[in-house]
Amino acid sequence: MFLAWERLCTLSCRPKFLKTVWASKILGLSTSAGEDSNPGWGTKIPPATQHGKKMSLRFKNAKRIEGLDSNIWIEFTKLAADPSVVNLGQGLPDISPPVYVKEELSKIAAIDNLNQYTRGFGHPSLVKALSCLYEKFYHNKINPNEEILVTVGAYGSLFNAIQGLIDEGDEVIVIVPFFDCYESMVRMAGATPVFVPLRCKPVDGKKCSSSDWTLDPQELASKFNSKTKAIILNTPHNPLGKVYTKEELQVIADLCIKYDTLCISDEVYEWLVYTGNKHFKIATFPGMWERTITIGSAGKTFSVTGWKLGWSIGPKHLIKHLQTVQQNTVYTCATPLQEALAQAFWIDIKRMDDPECYFNSLPKELEVKRDRMVHLLESVGLKSIVPDGGYFIIADVSMLDVDLLDMKDSNEPYDYKFVKWMIKNKKLSAIPVSAFCNAETKSQFEKFVRFCFIKKDSTLDAAEEIIKAWSRQNS
Amino acid sequence: MAKRLQARRLDGIDHNPWVEFVQLASEEADVVNLGQGFPDFSPPEFAVEAFQHAVSGDFMLNQYTKAFGYPPLTKILASFFGKLLGQEIDPLKNVLVTVGAYGALFTAFQALVDEGDEVIIIEPFFDCYEPMTLMAGGRPVFVSLKPSPTQKGEPDSSSNWQLDPTELASKFTSRTKAFILNTPNNPLGKVFSKEELELVASLCQQHDVVCISDEVYQWMVFDGFQHISIASLPGMWERTLTIGSAGKTFSVTGWKVGWVLGPDSLMKHLRTVHQNSVYHCATQGQAAVAQSFEREQLHFGRPSSYFVQLPQYIQRCRDHMIQSLQSMGFRPVTPQGSYFLITDISDFKNKMPDLPGAADEPYDRRFVKWMIKNKGLVAIPMSIFFSLPHQKFFDHYIRFCFVKDESTLRAMDQKLQKWKAELTP
Repeated sequence: MFLAWERLCTLSCRPKFLKTVWASKILGLSTSAGEDSNPGWGTKIPPATQHGKKMSLRFKNAKRIEGLDSNIWIEFTKLAADPSVVNLGQGLPDISPPVYVKEELSKIAAIDNLNQYTRGFGHPSLVKALSCLYEKFYHNKINPNEEILVTVGAYGSLFNAIQGLIDEGDEVIVIVPFFDCYESMVRMAGATPVFVPLRCKPVDGKKCSSSDWTLDPQELASKFNSKTKAIILNTPHNPLGKVYTKEELQVIADLCIKYDTLCISDEVYEWLVYTGNKHFKIATFPGMWERTITIGSAGKTFSVTGWKLGWSIGPKHLIKHLQTVQQNTVYTCATPLQEALAQAFWIDIKRMDDPECYFNSLPKELEVKRDRMVHLLESVGLKSIVPDGGYFIIADVSMLDVDLLDMKDSNEPYDYKFVKWMIKNKKLSAIPVSAFCNAETKSQFEKFVRFCFIKKDSTLDAAEEIIKAWSRQNS
Repeated sequence: MAKRLQARRLDGIDHNPWVEFVQLASEEADVVNLGQGFPDFSPPEFAVEAFQHAVSGDFMLNQYTKAFGYPPLTKILASFFGKLLGQEIDPLKNVLVTVGAYGALFTAFQALVDEGDEVIIIEPFFDCYEPMTLMAGGRPVFVSLKPSPTQKGEPDSSSNWQLDPTELASKFTSRTKAFILNTPNNPLGKVFSKEELELVASLCQQHDVVCISDEVYQWMVFDGFQHISIASLPGMWERTLTIGSAGKTFSVTGWKVGWVLGPDSLMKHLRTVHQNSVYHCATQGQAAVAQSFEREQLHFGRPSSYFVQLPQYIQRCRDHMIQSLQSMGFRPVTPQGSYFLITDISDFKNKMPDLPGAADEPYDRRFVKWMIKNKGLVAIPMSIFFSLPHQKFFDHYIRFCFVKDESTLRAMDQKLQKWKAELTP
């Protein structure tokens, strides 16, 4: 066994060690990163470059990423990284994953052969577990090898689906607000995002809820045409927390069938649905299985966002194209994490009706936190939209009428300025909802900020203190 | 659906030879798998411990880390490789952590290769370079390593396979965007010499081309040969992306942690691709790799370094395999580095030219399938590492992976001995 290598360390064998090539011996000088290096240093330079330096012009990025370089998360997570800031921004639990999930990974870390490559399209025990779980919801059996693909997070599934199925010149319908990568991934594929907003129709006297935000069926229908390749659906919805009803999904399904369009259904928050609501899978509607890719996430299912495992489920004739993308991008996902995820699934698959099952216990736990957030925001006069699902809540902050004097020169939407101000002055972070909008609709949403509530009680306590102090200051 | 489903970028890249051979290997009972490149021995204890520590320590390691790399990992990669490359490396600007070196390659191609750009690929090549070029809309331009004739009886070596400098220079045009270098090379095991790298460097500078240097086997070098990173040559840091792999470095291919090192002017484009494709890499694997590098940094240059011990062990595996293959009538090409060796099967081709397979299927693929089914040995046909028009010139080689446990090599010997016995009536 190669474990013998460690014993070799104690032998006084002289290694035929390759001299480390310390580059300074070759170079004489070290170059600095960047375009400014001067070729005339007097070291061994091949004659060709002495004819003059042609630099950087051809190091331009490929066209596909033109304009996609800025990213809201990079910006805001940097700001919120200050440990004194109470972070209700990025969708990241600060609660511990369930004990048995951590235990499974720990056990697996000790198993040798799980440190090497596994099957590219998904570790066998994991695709089997996924097939077993999801067969309970679909009307058909799910072939683990042909109808499931394991990806680098749900983010990776979105990428594989869009790269695999969306072409230059295609149109893709994106519902506003949207998880921000939908737009950039569609653009990277050379396609055109076509936006349709959710609109609020509040019922008088009732607390504003995510179900008040709906698509206008005629407006939605007007967005479909012969170039529409796909619609991206997100239910439960980020950031609103909307859980699409059966009727709403039927409207979308009817249009998909009429226009022969694909549906990419991002259902990462599928288990996080609160009392009085039910999550429906559009792929189970008549005529939809053959045209839908349904995406799920280990990170959101088991509160392990750092495992970066997700999956796509769909018919073979679609999944095979996502598999082609996989074999030309990452090829395979990490083995030990996939095995641990499989084991965690088996534990909960066996007790789906049990309140102890994480798919049941997490939403119960989060509903309490949701209600706490609603109450807290209400108590300081902030109007929030009660989410029916997911782990975010958005609130209208315009009535706080905060003086953003020191940010007035910025061209950014109000909510961007507000959040930056709030991070700096109140040590509380959130995410501006206009980040989830295209340029044209930003103004419709710029009074809203998004709070994440999958946080431990002490974090929510700290947020409460800040908000209460803030409100006392104002009154 | 009536519409054409798949995007055009998938044209010509849907077929993957690995899928077929990996499946065959898993279907047949009692085979010795010397095909796919992964170790079948344990990773070093310190790496296993590092992973255990990462998964049982701070529970927040179960959550997202920084998009471009877990900070302790980018920090150690910057300091470790900064010394090796003689370069000031900033962990934020010059390092990107990716999903394996495979993910690094994809990110580089997508960031820099545009429709119509030419990409020079040296044959034989790790097979993904071609489809990745095509998926980015690029045009692969091939230039072959060719063996010089050996003295009769002299075994062939990977150092004997060379590029013709004139031919190489002729491949560069005004449309050449990138040059893919792989040293040590898969499948040949060639370790490019300083002179060879200087030639490539001079052409890249002359034509203002980006060099993508796949150095995953950088520690797997034998017989006193030296691995040289082209990024350390004059004028090259600013135009080179250097790709590495935790999987190959620490014998943990299943962790899927890789990285790219390069100047900010190039890296910023890779970051854009990264944030629009996977966005984050798994945290715990990165934490374990960071800890493993920290351990290695303390032992670097000493007998206790894994980067000393591993190639020593692997060299013995290589030599064992070469001897065993030679005694069977195979003619292995001694590799200077990497996980692999290729072996000439011309004698078998002459003796049994008609093996079952499709009409235009290259001989080496038919041979490998026959060998898997009938002799219980898995190898990989060399023609998959060549461009289509050139496959027929190299269909008399197959590739073996020797980074295997002693018990696997003994099992290989048994299969070979049985085979030999069957040959002599």
